[in-house]
Amino acid sequence: MIAYLIRRLLYAVPILVGVNLLTFALFFVVNTPDDMARIQLGIKRVTPDAIHNWKVAHGYDKPLFFNPGESGSNFFTDTIFFEKSVPMFRFEFGRSDDGRDIAQEIESRAGPSLEIALPVFLIGMMTNVSFALMMAFFRATLVDVWGVVMCVAAMSISGLFYIIGGQFLVAKLWHWVPISGFEAGASSLKFVILPVVIGVASGLGSGARWYRTIFLEEIGRDYVRTAKAKGISEIRVLFHHVLRNGLIPILTGAVVVIPSLFMGSLIMESFFGIPGLGSYTLDAINSQDFAIVRSMVFIGSVLYIIGLMLTDISYTLADPRIRLQ
Amino acid sequence: MGGGGTIEWAKLCAMRNWFVIFTVLCIAGCGSTWNDPYPASDRDKSILYLAFTERPRHLDPARSYSEDEASINAQIYEPPLQYHYLKRPYTLVPLTAAAVPRPKYYDEQNRLLPQDADAKSIAYSLYEIRLKPGIHYQPHPAFARDENGKLLYQNLTRKDLESIDDLADFRKTGTRELLASDYVYEIKRLADPRIQSPIAGLMSEYILGFREFSQRLQKDPAADLSKCEMSGVEARDRYTYTIKVRGKYPQFVYWLAMSFFAPLPPEVDHFYSQPGMAGKNLVLDWHPVGTGPYMLTENNPNSRMVLMRNPNFHSETYPSSGMPGDEAVLKDAGKTLPFIDQVVFSREKESIPYWNKFLQGYYDVSGITSDNFDQAIMMSVQGEAQVSKDMARQGIELKTSVAPSIRYMAFNMLDPVVGGNSRRARLLRQAVSIALDFEENISIFANGRGIPAQGPLPPGIFGYHSGRDGINPVVYDWADGEAKRKSIMEAKKLLADAGYPDGRDSETGKPLVLYLDSTGRGADDKTRFDWYRKEFARINIQLEVRATDYNRFQEKIRKGSAQIFTWGWNADYPDPENFLFLLYGPQGKVEYGGENSANYDNPEYDRLFEKMKNMENSPERQAVIDRMVAILREDSPWMWGFYPKDYQLNHVWLSNLKPNQMARNNVKYLRIDAKLRDRMRREWNRPVLWPLAFAIMGLGLIVVPALRYYRRREEGRAK
Repeated sequence: MIAYLIRRLLYAVPILVGVNLLTFALFFVVNTPDDMARIQLGIKRVTPDAIHNWKVAHGYDKPLFFNPGESGSNFFTDTIFFEKSVPMFRFEFGRSDDGRDIAQEIESRAGPSLEIALPVFLIGMMTNVSFALMMAFFRATLVDVWGVVMCVAAMSISGLFYIIGGQFLVAKLWHWVPISGFEAGASSLKFVILPVVIGVASGLGSGARWYRTIFLEEIGRDYVRTAKAKGISEIRVLFHHVLRNGLIPILTGAVVVIPSLFMGSLIMESFFGIPGLGSYTLDAINSQDFAIVRSMVFIGSVLYIIGLMLTDISYTLADPRIRLQ
Repeated sequence: MGGGGTIEWAKLCAMRNWFVIFTVLCIAGCGSTWNDPYPASDRDKSILYLAFTERPRHLDPARSYSEDEASINAQIYEPPLQYHYLKRPYTLVPLTAAAVPRPKYYDEQNRLLPQDADAKSIAYSLYEIRLKPGIHYQPHPAFARDENGKLLYQNLTRKDLESIDDLADFRKTGTRELLASDYVYEIKRLADPRIQSPIAGLMSEYILGFREFSQRLQKDPAADLSKCEMSGVEARDRYTYTIKVRGKYPQFVYWLAMSFFAPLPPEVDHFYSQPGMAGKNLVLDWHPVGTGPYMLTENNPNSRMVLMRNPNFHSETYPSSGMPGDEAVLKDAGKTLPFIDQVVFSREKESIPYWNKFLQGYYDVSGITSDNFDQAIMMSVQGEAQVSKDMARQGIELKTSVAPSIRYMAFNMLDPVVGGNSRRARLLRQAVSIALDFEENISIFANGRGIPAQGPLPPGIFGYHSGRDGINPVVYDWADGEAKRKSIMEAKKLLADAGYPDGRDSETGKPLVLYLDSTGRGADDKTRFDWYRKEFARINIQLEVRATDYNRFQEKIRKGSAQIFTWGWNADYPDPENFLFLLYGPQGKVEYGGENSANYDNPEYDRLFEKMKNMENSPERQAVIDRMVAILREDSPWMWGFYPKDYQLNHVWLSNLKPNQMARNNVKYLRIDAKLRDRMRREWNRPVLWPLAFAIMGLGLIVVPALRYYRRREEGRAK
């Protein structure tokens, strides 16, 4: 397995270089360094001198990929691409174009994002599995039919509706929790309850329906009939046998997102005033802050690769027949 | 099998009981309001709760130039002057200065000239600013000293910084008196290319020695600013400094009321410049240090920013005079400022939670978005805006004011069809100006929050005329005591005179197609574009909208390839020069990179502008402005659009609020009745419990039959 993981890590390097190259190309197709300078310096009274000074100060006064004015290795290294990319592979993200340390910003924002994303993931997973198992238990009854109808209805509703509707009912009409806001530590509970409930509820329809399909497929298998014939209770059959055997497809979708959880949720964090990472990248794109954009894309790629590796590892844990070679 | 089912049944029942007990405990432990986003201990404190949408980018006074940033910086930094809180038109009064400086004029030979000297003979104007003694900075570690009087934290090593993550981690703080040299130091910072001050380009044209100083720093970036001299700026003594301004520039005094000209102690700059500080985000751009009534004690621009009362704030009192009708805001006349102990700015990115929290009493002030407008505002029989009945029942008050700004549509005067000084192009512009009904535009897209513009100068700015004298005769007639837009027939007639009868070029017979360049590509913009098309179609002109992204739009404006576009301007200071320069030829965007985005160029207008900008407000200056505005109306380089009106709501417990569109340091004047606020919040936010009971009952109704079914199935015979 170690050899497999090392091989996967080595594969990751060209992937990251490629992602970085694409990010650079796409970003600079839309924005020039002059545009970036203008956005940062403001709309009023921006002079060419100020733009030049900004570009020099932020290292955007060089060619993008190749430097025709240089020879040898400097042809490649004395460029924006090289100078901005290499530190990222050392996980040095530098400073955003408005002067904030990116690593510290990510660190301070990741906590609040996790406070929402982790409970939504864990509780959502448990709720979805439980609800799906319940529908599987009550299969071919009215409970199952109405459960599926509810799932389809829940899937059809926009996530934004859950947020606005939830805020309207729970926070505005019933006054149970604050509409938005955040505090660190134990005080955060009253702020995170509603977004977590909404996050779980909004994912219930699609999650439960998908898991129900998996479980129903398992329930029809011979080993389930055998277990029942041995007199094992239905609950035990569902949780000990069906759930375990249905784990592979569940893990495929679930484990890969675990490392990315701290990246947060854009809409949820915006509406609930959670100071997380959800909007960090989008805000950066809007303000043409390339330092943040490239760092976040890089981190996202790394996390996705880690997620895929974790998924592979989890297969071996869930199914002893699988070996990583 | 049956035994196993009974045990699980008992477990589930126990879980249900625990759930009920937990819920009851939660309810019992949460006090009377559950939705209060602030700590319970703050409920009866004098704290002002405000929201911000965009995170501030810069809090360095040399760099900050946006409204959001000013709402924080203006409470901390104190330039020498400020605007009188209550007087209109906006009037400059001293802040840290002993008096508003009057410039002295000198010729090339440094000879003093009389005040009424010809502007051409003036080589430079000397502003001498004398500070009030005894003003001290907020407590800050940069001023901390040891027993020997040596600054404690000016030579920090990386090891010293290991235990430091925040300013609060420095054990000692100190203060010192405000000195004239601090103002001089800040002006030098404006010239520093590393700082990238947005007004560096402008000031290099006016402050003597500014450009040379900047060039010297470009060559020697490590130079110590406090040891380098700028020829036009000098600290004469402990409390007096002078600024030499090239020629005559009467508007310079307004800049002295902006935070660009606030003081900055060199030791603070040095403190933040130490190696390792930036890596911890301990930079001046995020941790302002000033002499103002408040100091920033919490800075999380993603969530909230907190200002606390500065214990070292100098003595300042509430204004004792204002305008007629200001009696309600003069109750605290002569009392010591500030009244509020703390200001909490919370970030609200979305308007819905912001609005609802305002209605619940958790924000003291709110603007009004289009979505909430009908809920908040109703029009009286006289056509005046007032709060709706629901709002009035809550005691919410409405304050309106006309912003010193303008939103307009510009013609690119370099365009071969709509631009230029030919009669044909001028008549075309005039026809379009009549056809585009901005009264309707304001009504549809701004909920009536605007005044149709008659020229470039908004109300409250010297040179503006109201009533009949102020109408734009090219677009309006005066009838029945009000300005009436000319009929569409007159627009069509002008169009025909221009050579486009029925919207067709009389020479080629081709339909006239004009192009609107815009950045808007959303659903709301589509409605707006449809409206523009409809308005142009009234005179049979086809309008093509060229929507693009912000960068490409800016590029088109810079290169002069746009034809018609919407634009706006917020005043830096309340002087007509700050609006009329937007059409001054040497400010042309394409040729000079200036702010004249229409690239309008009229030699007579330019000559009058050069004369007007150096004049004191007087009947003579009014006459020059009138002539300039008349030229502009005739040439119609802009469709004048409208002057936006700001609507602001506040709760009844907030007093002394009077909108001041120029001053941003108004928090010190406000007063909060915290006890009343707490009482009303409790009244408005009682938890509604019946849904909880229903939810528990509903859960029971689902769970109990399900469990029964489960038991029956488990205990039943196999089929």
